Amino acid sequence: MKTATLTMARSINEGLRRAMEEDPKVLIMGEDVGKLGGVFRVTDGLQKDFGEDRVIDTPLAESGIIGTAIGMAIRGYRPVCEIQFDGFVFPAANQIITQLAKMPMRSLGALRLPVVVRVPCGGGIGAVEHHSESPESYFTHTAGLRVMACANPLDAYTMIQQAIRLDDPVIFFEPKRRYWEKAEIDLGMDLREAWPVDRAKVVREGTDVTVLAYGPMVKTVLDAAAAAEGEGRSLEVVDLRSLNPLDTETVFRSVRKTGRCVVAHEAPTYSGFGAELAARITEHCFYSLEAPVLRACGFSTPYPPSRLEEHYLPDLDRVLDAVDRSFGW
Amino acid sequence: MPLQIGHTHIELISANMTADAAVAPPRAGSAWKSAGTDGDPVSDGPDAQERHVTIDASRGADAPPELVQLLTPEGERLDHPDYHIELTDDEVRGLYRDLVLVRRVDLEAVALQRQGELGIWASLLGQEAAQIGSGRALTDRDMAFPTYREHGVAWCRNVDPVKLLGLFRGVNHGGWDPTEHNFHLYTIVIGSQTLHATGYAMGVQRDGADAAVIAYFGDGATSQGDVNESFIWASVNNAPIVFFCQNNQWAISEPLERQTRIPLYRRASGFGFPGLRVDGNDVFACLAVTRKALEDARSGQGPTLIEAFTYRMGAHTTSDDPTRYRLASELEAWKLKDPIERVKAYLFKNQIAGQDFFDAVDEEAKALGRDVRRRCLEMPDPNPLAIFDHVYAEPHALIDEERAQYAAYLSSFEGEGR
Ligand SMILES: Cc1ncc(C[n+]2csc(CCOP(=O)(O)OP(=O)(O)O)c2C)c(N)n1
Ligand SMILES: [Mg+2]
Repeated sequence: MKTATLTMARSINEGLRRAMEEDPKVLIMGEDVGKLGGVFRVTDGLQKDFGEDRVIDTPLAESGIIGTAIGMAIRGYRPVCEIQFDGFVFPAANQIITQLAKMPMRSLGALRLPVVVRVPCGGGIGAVEHHSESPESYFTHTAGLRVMACANPLDAYTMIQQAIRLDDPVIFFEPKRRYWEKAEIDLGMDLREAWPVDRAKVVREGTDVTVLAYGPMVKTVLDAAAAAEGEGRSLEVVDLRSLNPLDTETVFRSVRKTGRCVVAHEAPTYSGFGAELAARITEHCFYSLEAPVLRACGFSTPYPPSRLEEHYLPDLDRVLDAVDRSFGW
Repeated sequence: MPLQIGHTHIELISANMTADAAVAPPRAGSAWKSAGTDGDPVSDGPDAQERHVTIDASRGADAPPELVQLLTPEGERLDHPDYHIELTDDEVRGLYRDLVLVRRVDLEAVALQRQGELGIWASLLGQEAAQIGSGRALTDRDMAFPTYREHGVAWCRNVDPVKLLGLFRGVNHGGWDPTEHNFHLYTIVIGSQTLHATGYAMGVQRDGADAAVIAYFGDGATSQGDVNESFIWASVNNAPIVFFCQNNQWAISEPLERQTRIPLYRRASGFGFPGLRVDGNDVFACLAVTRKALEDARSGQGPTLIEAFTYRMGAHTTSDDPTRYRLASELEAWKLKDPIERVKAYLFKNQIAGQDFFDAVDEEAKALGRDVRRRCLEMPDPNPLAIFDHVYAEPHALIDEERAQYAAYLSSFEGEGR
C-alpha cells in the first residue's frame, strides 16, 4: 500500500497522473495547465513529466478547448479538459451541448466521445463574479452527458480516473472551496474496488430525515448532521456523487426509511437539480413521505458579490432550518 | 490548510503556490512549433524578424521595426510620418501627472489586497502609458468598454478610483454608472465586451452621432471567438470602433506564442481594416495613434486595431505567482522601458518641469493613495437583502418571496449575535 495524506486538489492530480500513466491516449488540455499547473495547481508537474504534447496549454478560448477535444476524441484520444472557473464553461456551452452531448447518438454509436470536462465549481472562496457559479443543471438538462461531482479527496482520486475510463462525455465538477481538505489515500488501490462511479453513497446513517447533497455541500450537511445529533435528531446524509445517471435506488431507499427529505445545493433553487430530485422522490416515495421534499439551496438570483456570499450559500443553519420545517409540516 | 470563508482565499491560493521558482526551461511552445513547420501555412508569411518578435525570450526589449514610437525610453522625441502630435507643455505635464497618480492608486490597491481589504486586484503596473494615452484620446462623447485592468482608462473617464475597488473588495459587481462616465463596467469573461462595444458602435452609427467607441482587451483575449466575431461585425458594418489590444506579452502563465504566430496587429488585415502596433509604454504615441483611429472612426472610415506593445510588470493578479513561469531577466529588460521614466526624462531634458513639479506630483500621489485607502476601508458591507435587488426591471414574485423569507429567517437570529 502506498498511502499518502493528500488535499483534494492533489488527489485529482494523482488520479490524472495515474490515468496518464496507464493510457497513453489520455491528454490534458486547458488554460495555464502546463507550466503553471493550473490556477489551483491541479495539473501541477504533469507537463514536466508527460510533455507538452500530452499537457497542452491551449489558446484562451473555451469553445476551442472543447471543440478540439471532440476532434481529438474522434481520433482516438481521451482528452481531459480543464475549464479554469465555472463561469467560463459558458463560452464552451455550444460545443458541449450541441456537439459533445449529441454526436455519439447521432452516429448511431459509431462514435464515442470520452471527453472529460473538469470544472472547479461553487462559491465560498471570496472571489469576484463568474468564479463561484454552480452550473450543473445546465448540463444535467442535456442528455448525453454524464455529470458528476466529487466531495472528498478519496472520491476525487477514484472518480476522476473512472470518469476518464468511461466512453461517455463527463462533466466533472470539483468543489473549489474543498480543494484544500485532506484525507489519507491509497494511491495503489485497485480501481475495481473503488465505489462504483454512478452510485450514490450514504455517508452518514440516520433515521429521521434524509439530506441529499453533492460536491461542496456534502461537508456542510455532514456538519449539520453532527450538530443535529446534539439536539436529538438523526440525519441520514446521502452524497449523490453522480447527478446523471442518478442512483435513485439509494435515494429512494433512504427516503422510504426516514420519510422526510431535504435537498441542499449551492445552485439557485429555481429549476435547480433539487427540483428534479423532489419530483422523482414525490413520484416514487409518495406514500412514505411525512412532508414535502424541501430545499436548502442558493437563492434564485445571480451569485452576489463575495461579501454577501455567506448569506447566499446555504450553510449549516439553513440546512437545519429546512430540516426543522420538514418536521414542522 | 483550513479553509477560511471570505476574503482571505487569495492567501490560501497563494499559500498553495509552493516556492518552486521557475528554472530556466525551454520556452513553452517550442516543441509543437518545430513539429508544426511542415506545411505550415504561415511559414513563408511573416519574416524572420516578426517570428523573432513573437518567440524571443526578451519579448520586445528591442523595439520591433513596425512599432510606432514618439518618445524613446531615454526621453528623446521622435517624429513619425503618419502620427504627428503637438503637445503643449501643460499637456505633457498633465500626462505625467496622470501616469504617476494611476500607478499610485494601483500600488495602494495591491497593498490593500495584501492586507486583506480586497479579495483580489489586477494590477496595471507597466501599462500606464497604453491606458492614459488611449484614455486621454477619448472625447466625452466617446464610449469605452474595458476589461478588468483598465484602471488608467477609468481615471481618464473620471471614475472615482475608490469605485474601482468595490468589485475587488466584493461589495458590488460594478460600482459606477456606465452611462454617467461613458465607461462601461469591467468585464471579466474574456473578450465578451468587444462584441458589446461593436454593437454600441453600430448604434452610434445609426444615430449619426459624432462619437466613437473603444474596446479594450488583452493579447490572450484575441483567441476568443467573441473577439474574432467582433472584428467581423465591426468590419462588415464599418462600425466606428477602435480595438485597443494591450499586448502585455502574457495571459496569466501563457506567453504570447500560445495565442499567435504573427504580430497581433496584423490580424486586422485579414478582417478588412487597418492595424498597427504602437509602443505601449510611450504615452505620446498611444495618444497619437488612438486619437487618429478615433477620428477615422468618427468620420466614417470604420474600425482600427491598435496593438499596444507593452508588458505586465506585475503578477497577473494578486493571486498569481509569476516566478513559476517567467524569467526575472525579462522583467529587468522591460524596466528599462518604463512608461513613466521616459516622460520624466523628457520633461527634465527640455526643462518643461523641474524638481518642484515632480515633488508636487509625488505629494499629490501620496495624498491620493491615503485618500483611496481611507475611503476603501470605509466602504460599508452591503445589506444582505441587496442580493435580491435589481434582478429584474419589474417586481418579481419569486424574488419577492425569497427576499421576504430570508428577511424573516435573519430576524429569527436577532439577539443571538449572528
Ligand atoms: C472566458 C474566460 N476564460 C478564462 C478566464 C480566466 N482568465 C482571467 S484573465 C485571463 C488571461 C487574460 O489574458 P489577456 O487577455 O492577455 O489579458 P491580461 O490579463 O494579460 O490583461 C484568463 C485566462 C476568464 N476570465 N474568462
Ligand atoms: Mg495579456
